[in-house]
Amino acid sequence: MVLITELWPILTFLSPELASRIQFGWAITIHIIFASLSVGLAPFLVYFTVQEVRTGEQRYARLRAFWTKIFAVGFIMGTVTGIPMGFMFGTNFAAFSKTAGELIGGPLSFEAKMAFFLEAVFLGVLLFGRERVSDRFYAFSSFMVALGAWLSAFWILVVNSWMQTPRGYEIVMEEGVPIAELTDPLAAFFNPRFPWMYVHMQNAAVISVTLLIAGIAAYFVWKNRDSDVWKTALRVAVVVLFLTSMFQAVHGDMYGRHVAETQPHKFAAMEAHYETGAADLHIVAIPMDFEAITDPRADNLYTISIPHFASFLASGGDPNAEVIGLNDFEYDSPPVAWVFWSFRAMVGLGFWFIALGGWGTYRLWKGGIAHDDRLLKALMISSPLGFVALITGWYVAEIGRQPWIIQGVLKTSDGVSPPLTGTEATLTLIAFVVGYILLIGVFLHILRRIVNEEAQRHEVGIDEDDQIDSPGVPADD
Amino acid sequence: MTDMFSDTAYILDSLPELWFGLVVFSLGVYILLDGFDFGLGILYAEADESERVLMLAAFGPLWKANEVWLVLFGTVLFASFPAVYANILSRHYLLVFAIIFALSLRGLGSKLREERDDELWVTFWDGCFVAGSAFSPFLLGMFVASWILGEQSALAAGPMVVGLTVVALTVVLGSAFLGVKTRETLRDRVVKRGQLATGAYVLLFVTTAIVLFSQYPDIRADLLSKSTAMIVLVTLFFAIANIVTTLRERYHGSFLAASGLAATLVVFIATLLYPWIDPAAGLMINDAIVSPLPLNITSIFAVIFIPIIIGYFVFLYSLFSGPATSDQHYS
Repeated sequence: MVLITELWPILTFLSPELASRIQFGWAITIHIIFASLSVGLAPFLVYFTVQEVRTGEQRYARLRAFWTKIFAVGFIMGTVTGIPMGFMFGTNFAAFSKTAGELIGGPLSFEAKMAFFLEAVFLGVLLFGRERVSDRFYAFSSFMVALGAWLSAFWILVVNSWMQTPRGYEIVMEEGVPIAELTDPLAAFFNPRFPWMYVHMQNAAVISVTLLIAGIAAYFVWKNRDSDVWKTALRVAVVVLFLTSMFQAVHGDMYGRHVAETQPHKFAAMEAHYETGAADLHIVAIPMDFEAITDPRADNLYTISIPHFASFLASGGDPNAEVIGLNDFEYDSPPVAWVFWSFRAMVGLGFWFIALGGWGTYRLWKGGIAHDDRLLKALMISSPLGFVALITGWYVAEIGRQPWIIQGVLKTSDGVSPPLTGTEATLTLIAFVVGYILLIGVFLHILRRIVNEEAQRHEVGIDEDDQIDSPGVPADD
Repeated sequence: MTDMFSDTAYILDSLPELWFGLVVFSLGVYILLDGFDFGLGILYAEADESERVLMLAAFGPLWKANEVWLVLFGTVLFASFPAVYANILSRHYLLVFAIIFALSLRGLGSKLREERDDELWVTFWDGCFVAGSAFSPFLLGMFVASWILGEQSALAAGPMVVGLTVVALTVVLGSAFLGVKTRETLRDRVVKRGQLATGAYVLLFVTTAIVLFSQYPDIRADLLSKSTAMIVLVTLFFAIANIVTTLRERYHGSFLAASGLAATLVVFIATLLYPWIDPAAGLMINDAIVSPLPLNITSIFAVIFIPIIIGYFVFLYSLFSGPATSDQHYS
């Protein structure tokens, strides 16, 4: 270790705290993509598998097989990126783990016992057991995999929401270290934030995957307007997109009010609201210079705002309600730029998804969805955007709660492992950055191959018994 | 519910010891189950393409579920001894990430090799699979040894020799597993490797005992105890049984004997550790155990779910029992 420090002084540039925070943030940014892929895709797999078994139709078997391939790769990536997350509690945030161990160790072990085994065992059946089990059992296995993915998110969000709105504990000092002792498990697990977070997050995962399905389906339909298989996927996806994105907007608005009540500094950072008083809602914010990006304040932004509307939203109806400004908190503000711009990206994309879902559903209702080139292209371009919204939303939740690792109890700076050096943390950070960039590259490469393979099947017309494909040429109905 | 748990006592007086047992048990099941995956991955190095397909068919449906036992071990330790979890992971920071990296190579290698046909791609991911399979048990052995011995540096002689011992054990396990799952020339070869590895394991086991005796005065008394003598005898018994059964072509028997070796090693680990849980920090089981309420709750979850988990494994292994066939691949 000494040797490394001498050779590369640059490695001591980051403090253990900063390197650990960036590492955790980066690791979860990548993990959350794959975790959400599992959570969001699982219900679709259940749907396709059940339809396949129920109707015996080839198109559902095709969709099931195609999305199972992507699910399998995503699941491996999710496992590979998920295992470090749990261990980072101990490696990088040992002081936090000691303080919060009683509260979060249990739920993490419940996640392993209830969810991970379920998912891994039945995924084995799903990937390798098509010929070994009955149709019904195969469909049942897809349901069990979905249940595993959703239970896993359940316990993780129990842990995370407890860190946002901790309940059911008492702080006792043991040898100078604060320990949160569990006093009321139900209050701790079902803390005020939990239902908000779980519903918002799971729905966000479904929206993200729905956009991915819609985008890929749009691509195949655009190449072959008569593809029964992919028109089915497109129809399902646009309707689900419309419903889930509408729901997300309504739910998100109520969630925001809850945040204003329980984490006022996060709410203030979301609107870059510095001075206590009535707060405006900035619908559009455009930075005029670099400083406005790194330090957004309403004064140095070009904004389109609704006066007093943030007060209205925060209080649930009073336009003159006082919203505490960032200047008036006793502790440091969260990094405002991250929260402010992430929040804008998330909400902006959310409205775009509603428009897209509405447009698609309207086309479906009026007919001609397969021939609306602009819609198909919009869907194709938007296919990764759900994940962007999801990640930025996660930044609002997580960066917005800084400087706290446990709201009001423990600061992030006090949660870092005491023996950790900046060099060690920076080394692993570099490894994670390089490794995960390669991982994402590999994943995208495989995704493209799976799509190309499917496109080739299209061209030679495999399984499309009733018609010969003519890719790229619009039919004339 | 709250009334039931308002008591400040453990449901059972011996609950802390039972959780120590559960920590060791989950580690042991992990070493056994992923052990034969690692061994398979090491033996994979000298297999030809058709054998590799067969080996991956034997491995594919099972390894993810096997690997979850590592997560279970970690979270069980976290839930019952949070301070120990925090201590040992932060103390061996780089080693922990090296383990995670090796495990990732193993997991990615086996899945990604089949995503493309070209030679370079397949060779690359095969290399990752073999390297990950060899380094994972080595580093895990180093990690567990550093923990048990209270050793600050994983690069010391004790952890190194334990790492090698664990690698030899995984080859024994992997070849025993393949003895059951494959036929003909592949089986003949891996079984021979298994016999060699068994010999190597016994030698390394003895070397480990000598190294530990000379370097770690604190555990000398433990090493000279009756229980250690028993463990050495039982290890020898299983090692001989493993070789004899393979000579008689009793492959299931060989698998049982190999599992016996793994179980004996874990019992050895537990006897060296008990009643300590984190020797480097001077923590005994009763110092580090979590308070009654959370432990009572996690105990109830464990009583409900551990039988269910075992049920999953009985189901999974019986569904994919019998020799591996090359047509058994992703649907």
